[in-house]
Amino acid sequence: MTSVTMTVNGKAVTRDIEPRMLLSTFLREELGLTGTHVGCDTSQCGCCVVHVDGDSVKSCTALAVQFDGASVTTIEGLGQNGTLHPMQEAFRENHGLQCGFCTTGMIMSSVDLVKKAKEQGITIDEHYVREGLEGNICRCTGYHNIVKAVIAGAQAM
Amino acid sequence: MATNGIGSSVKRKEDLRFITGSGRYTDDIQLPHQAYACFVRSPHAHATIGSIDRSAAEAMPGVLGVFTGEDVAADGLGGLICGWMVKSKDGSPMKAGPHPILAHGKVRYVGDHVAVVVAETLQQARDAAEAVIVDYGVLPAAVDVAKTHDSGIEIHTDIPNNLVYDWEIGDKAATDAAFANAKHVTRVELINNRLVPNAMEPRAALGHYDAGMDAYTLYTTSQNPHVARLVISAFVGIAPEHKLTVIAPDVGGGFGSKIFIYAEECVCLWASKKVRRPVKWTADRTEAFLSDAHGRDHVSVAEMAMDENGQFLALRVNTKANMGAYLSTFSSCIPTYLYATLLAGQYKTPAIYCDVQAYYTNTAPVDAYRGAGRPEATYLLETLVEECAKDMQLDPAEIRRRNFIPKDAFPYQTPVALQYDTGDYEPCLDKALELADYAGFPERRRQSEAKGKLRGIGFSAYIEACGIAPSAVIGSLGAGVGLWESAKVRFSHTGKVQVLTGTHSHGQGHETTFAQLVASKLGVAYEDVDVIHGDTSKTTVGMGTYGSRSLAVGGEALVKACDKVIAKGKKIAAHLLEASEQDIVFQDGNFSVAGTDRSKSIGEIVFAALVPHNYPPGLEPGMEETAYYDPANFTYPSGVYICELEVDPDSGVVEIQKFTAVDDFGNVINPMIVEGQVHGGLAQGIGQALLENAVYDESGQLISASYMDYTMPRADDLPSFVVHTTAGTACTHNSLGVKGCGEAGAIGSPPAVMNAVADAIGTRISMPATPEKVWRALQKTQLAQAAE
Ligand code: FES
Ligand code: FES
Repeated sequence: MTSVTMTVNGKAVTRDIEPRMLLSTFLREELGLTGTHVGCDTSQCGCCVVHVDGDSVKSCTALAVQFDGASVTTIEGLGQNGTLHPMQEAFRENHGLQCGFCTTGMIMSSVDLVKKAKEQGITIDEHYVREGLEGNICRCTGYHNIVKAVIAGAQAM
Repeated sequence: MATNGIGSSVKRKEDLRFITGSGRYTDDIQLPHQAYACFVRSPHAHATIGSIDRSAAEAMPGVLGVFTGEDVAADGLGGLICGWMVKSKDGSPMKAGPHPILAHGKVRYVGDHVAVVVAETLQQARDAAEAVIVDYGVLPAAVDVAKTHDSGIEIHTDIPNNLVYDWEIGDKAATDAAFANAKHVTRVELINNRLVPNAMEPRAALGHYDAGMDAYTLYTTSQNPHVARLVISAFVGIAPEHKLTVIAPDVGGGFGSKIFIYAEECVCLWASKKVRRPVKWTADRTEAFLSDAHGRDHVSVAEMAMDENGQFLALRVNTKANMGAYLSTFSSCIPTYLYATLLAGQYKTPAIYCDVQAYYTNTAPVDAYRGAGRPEATYLLETLVEECAKDMQLDPAEIRRRNFIPKDAFPYQTPVALQYDTGDYEPCLDKALELADYAGFPERRRQSEAKGKLRGIGFSAYIEACGIAPSAVIGSLGAGVGLWESAKVRFSHTGKVQVLTGTHSHGQGHETTFAQLVASKLGVAYEDVDVIHGDTSKTTVGMGTYGSRSLAVGGEALVKACDKVIAKGKKIAAHLLEASEQDIVFQDGNFSVAGTDRSKSIGEIVFAALVPHNYPPGLEPGMEETAYYDPANFTYPSGVYICELEVDPDSGVVEIQKFTAVDDFGNVINPMIVEGQVHGGLAQGIGQALLENAVYDESGQLISASYMDYTMPRADDLPSFVVHTTAGTACTHNSLGVKGCGEAGAIGSPPAVMNAVADAIGTRISMPATPEKVWRALQKTQLAQAAE
């Protein structure tokens, strides 16, 4: 067992865990943050995306111990003070989700994608969003409304 | 209220929990003292099982139990079943081999369940599963559906040639006669590629035996928890039905694959009693690839007989269908009653004959996947029609128009059993031509050519049969269940409404659509209606969600329950308003005496029913009404899809430029949700046409068992879609006039894409049209041209 300490959604947490425990397992099973989903466990689908120190990370293929001392944000911590993040709101407004399973990872990826574009002065258009979400699979929506949602969310962010 | 009513794009009730990560899927549920299961799966496609040595595994840390097929047999459990008895041409019943929940004596596909290890933690279960030593006697495997008949390999004892059934439909003599007199015959040979449904939530199960109550609870990723309960109690025999609760909480997509009853959920439930702990299993993605039921996998030959004007005279089809190693829950009806009955399509072809041979192979079971039989029928027919157009030198739109069933011919009896109640196909075609700017295509093609690209356009006119029914008819065709649906509307004192439905929502948005429906029918606030589904201990008995049935069947049951509320409300209102029941009219949530201003709101009536101080003598208190609805017929959505794409001849890459979908779904409750369903279906259909393929090698190894090898459609593979729902034709046999929209996109799109590819490259290739295949086809044509 190894001790690991992180800030998760603004709160300091310390746990003794098996060194081989994945970050996704740590969040889901140790902390009960089940909004982070596991769709493939091989870094392919993006259902498990969280933010580590502000960057999106696929938590299914990272060990929790790698993030000792880091600050992690999950979907549960994305909204502030009980309000939704504009990207969450945009997904609902634009029907950017159906079964909801990919949605949390999709929103986390989108927030990071938009943030990076804004930092780099990139125009957020359909092409940019489609290329940028290439690492997130959705089986339900055909992406049509996800793309709309991300563009709308970007405007509101 | 009106803004939330029928026909408005209300934002979904379910979304708040999903966008905040507070959904509750099966793997999110943790029961106290829960243990974890890991399955030992066969690495061989076909092998005898000699001894299984579990001693090393049993001695490993945390292991609570290791169980095999012998333990299942010793407990006297039955196996999984196929719930539809299809009969062969000669009247003999289909040949169903045993389907044990843990393999017994033999394994029949890679991934077949041989043993289960239950341990304190998932890692311990996984480690111990590797220590289970199975002595396999490897046998040759039959993998290819076209070759299994003559392979000499016996997959199930006493099932010769691995033939499940040899079935037929239609008038063979009339069809053959029409061919004999035809001016022209067009023929195609087609493969409908095998697919893996790939809902993003992998299958999972959490079984819990409560010794004190001698009762079982199963949390599972199911599209139809009641049918799971039925099969697990009546056929597998783990628990009597009244002592078993099946809960399908939030389910992360299904697309058919979660209709079926699987071994793993049965084993978790059974093992829970053995170890006296709740037992959880969640598939990893490779397990899902190996063991979820796959879809499609047909090999067909189809011929169309025509007169000199391109009028269809007769259609003749032979199909070989791959059923995999075992018959999954509804597998037998897919390549028969959900496939060949659709071969008339939108056309008035007078004679049709189809025969289907279904075979076992050493591959994962094959069953319904979004569309289930109807995409296979549509792909076959619409490819053939496009080839007919080419042979007859007719425009693809024109040949369809010439052969459409005319508007005034409905109800229309097809030569393949179905009777279409309603339809009007030309307006959809016209609208699609307009939205796709068909007239401008030659110019766009010229522009592409100027850039060195090949441009193509392809059509598809699909018909679908949804809401499979009526029970008596499907029963006579071999179905083991009825396909009605149920609903309950329950009022509380404060006028709030709980709606209980036997359907299940796993992305379709029933919590919203059904609330809109009830709010409109009963004149209550949309916010005051809560829809409950997916828990057999709470809801009415139901048949679940598949075949685009939920609204057409489940929604209509809900209407019937609302009607009962109104009928009872009228009795109460008549009493309170001192009028005759016949004079009470119900409108917008108010019961009024006709021609007066005397009225009572539905809230007041409900309160009177629950606090019956002043109440009609003899009338039962309470306001809770249940209805069951068995439809009179299928519903028949239809539409026309047009795909326009560009091919890069240097790389073979296909890029869709525009995809136009025009659908007639009858009446629509929530247009936003309907469009979303079409988008999702289109992505899956385009995925089948361009990207997805489940491939077994000759030894029966699934070599496309991860997202590295099986190409899922991603955001940058697809365009935005042009989707249009026409005012269309309302279904004539349900009061809502609705038809169902969940599968249309996946049914109509593959032939549109493949017809466009063929148009672009001048030759027909099989699905998926990968860059390699397209490039090779182009090389071949160029070589052939150079040789001329
Ligand atoms: S679960 Fe992490 S990428 Fe799929
Ligand atoms: S909403 Fe179901 S996978 Fe994206």
